[in-house]
Amino acid sequence: MTAARTLLEKLWERHVVEEDETGRALLYIDRHLVYEVTSPQAFEGLRLAGRKPWRSDTVLATADHNVPTVWSERSGGVDGISDPLSRIQVRKLGSNCEEFDINEFRLQDRRQGIIHVIGPEQGATLPGMTVVAGDSHTSTHGAFAALAFGVGTSEVEHVLATQCLSMQRMKPMLVKVEGDLRPGVTAKDLILHIIGRIGTAGGTGYAIEFAGSTIRDLSMEGRMTLCNMAIEAGARVGLVAVDRKTIDYLEGRPFAPEGKQWAAAVEYWKTLKTDDGAVFDRTIEVDASALQPMVSWGTSPEMVVPIDEVVPDPSNEADPVRRAGMERALAYMGLRAGMRISDIAPDKVFIGSCTNARIEDLRLAAKVVKGRHVSNSIVQALVVPGSGLVKEQAEAEGLDRIFIEAGFEWREPGCSMCLGMNSDRLGDGERCASTSNRNFEGRQGAGGRTHLVSPVVAAATAIAGHFADDHHFDVRE
Amino acid sequence: MEPFISLDGLVAPLDRSNVDTDAILPKQFMKSIARTGFGPNLFDELRYLDRGEPGQDVSKRPLNRDFMLNQPRYAGASILLTRHNFGCGSSREHAPWALHDYGFRALIAPSFADIFYGNCFKNGMLPIVLPENIVDELFQAVYRAPGYRLIIDLALQRVSNPAGDTWEFEIEAARKDSLLKGLDDIGITFSKAEIIRNYEALRKQQEPWLFPGGA
Repeated sequence: MTAARTLLEKLWERHVVEEDETGRALLYIDRHLVYEVTSPQAFEGLRLAGRKPWRSDTVLATADHNVPTVWSERSGGVDGISDPLSRIQVRKLGSNCEEFDINEFRLQDRRQGIIHVIGPEQGATLPGMTVVAGDSHTSTHGAFAALAFGVGTSEVEHVLATQCLSMQRMKPMLVKVEGDLRPGVTAKDLILHIIGRIGTAGGTGYAIEFAGSTIRDLSMEGRMTLCNMAIEAGARVGLVAVDRKTIDYLEGRPFAPEGKQWAAAVEYWKTLKTDDGAVFDRTIEVDASALQPMVSWGTSPEMVVPIDEVVPDPSNEADPVRRAGMERALAYMGLRAGMRISDIAPDKVFIGSCTNARIEDLRLAAKVVKGRHVSNSIVQALVVPGSGLVKEQAEAEGLDRIFIEAGFEWREPGCSMCLGMNSDRLGDGERCASTSNRNFEGRQGAGGRTHLVSPVVAAATAIAGHFADDHHFDVRE
Repeated sequence: MEPFISLDGLVAPLDRSNVDTDAILPKQFMKSIARTGFGPNLFDELRYLDRGEPGQDVSKRPLNRDFMLNQPRYAGASILLTRHNFGCGSSREHAPWALHDYGFRALIAPSFADIFYGNCFKNGMLPIVLPENIVDELFQAVYRAPGYRLIIDLALQRVSNPAGDTWEFEIEAARKDSLLKGLDDIGITFSKAEIIRNYEALRKQQEPWLFPGGA
């Protein structure tokens, strides 16, 4: 009988090509997602060394970070992109994929979207895989019990050239979540709570496995939201074990196996869970039933409070470096200690990103918005679906009409205002309720002020004109 | 890859924790398809008073005189001293490229974010983890003494100052070896092609659905 192993250990050991006594391994990579920003230098490296991709059939590419989301600009394809630098980058991805025989979803392909949305949507992300991309939110794919993590451009090139990476083992950490989430409280609130509790470096060196009754009750979309932000807790990897929901989600997807292979795959995938008695290096327990909707108040994802609370006071912080960080965050955010979160009024609302732009997110937001109107104090409210297929699905359900009639702009898929590499940005001093993942200074535009929230809170805030959840909002009406 | 063996360099202090990759190099500069030329935009939003855009002549931009890199005493610094969780956020290698392009060759902090830490080694740059109390001491020393330098010896895993104080640091053996020799990581893996092919043959039996093209 073999020793009890964690899910991380099972995935790691399956992919070791060779490993030395220190735990440094040559790890085999099954799926590589490529996009326009972190790949051109890697392809150039291949060319300079006279190399080709080891297995181009493992690579799936699309442009997402830079792409315009306004139809008038988008409808012109690559040539229609007005920013010349963005146009060059997107065009370069196209020519690199052609040169190296890589499957690319082009800009006008209905399957284009944010790589972390389209991987699972296509069934290109499967349980038991190793998945990499030159983007830290690759942790998202761990929701399918895939060992998935972000890498830099040198490693993008390394994987393209050799299908492998030289890596040191991560340590397994368990976040065990029990209890029912209250209505209006989502996976986003849960992960913001966890980051607030363990800090943005709390998961450094670890792969976090999320387990417990709450996780089993989450949809695949919710699990993706959770794993997506493992990196904001410092962990490169988030993981959830395979269960019926994982398998049901994947069945029939274009890249998923079929027939006999499907049956064999499912048999194997069912083993992708932590064995009873396996040991984690660190364990955190969370009571989900006590959670409220969360809102970030500062410039780090750990700076979060429940929506009913107030902006914290730095003078209560004993550590001088942390206190200085809090003071700087308050100054940057234009907030005062002790202000009620529900008194803060954003200028813009952004519903989108690899964290919260899947169909379930849009349904949750639309439910709050339906029959209501965006507050006059909100200058812009955007909904940016995570992929062309999410957009189609939402339109088939009439969600686009709900948003448009409420005063939201309904956009084309892409990363958009999560990081503002295209023209969807915050201006200097503008405040945003955003369903994205990072609230760093300048993240959504120089001088912009980001508050991280769930799609429910973003929608309710757009209607109310100040931070609100669906409960507050119903009371107001 | 460029090797790192030892360094005798001027130290610049960035007295903040959680410095993220957006702060190290704002996203608008990631539209470049080159690996070089990011140095002038390192810490762009902290360093300049106007809004930075690609293609600007940085010599004409208004400087934030309070930011340490704009103070003459830190001109030519090659060692960055900073706080916890440096390099958190995105996986963009543009962040280490910008630090390297500016002239930094070593970074000292109580902790680094994982992906950023690994990316440094790919670019011949050494991130050194020292305990927080020692980092505190170093900050005090840098503020006290203009021209404060440190000497880093990777083979000995040692940081020292000209007065003779020394501090030892930990580093994974494989990373140390790779940096000292300036090894080509991809070339090394490529030399194991046979082992990789054997592994693939095994995986193809175990999980044939991962090899739709037949590999």
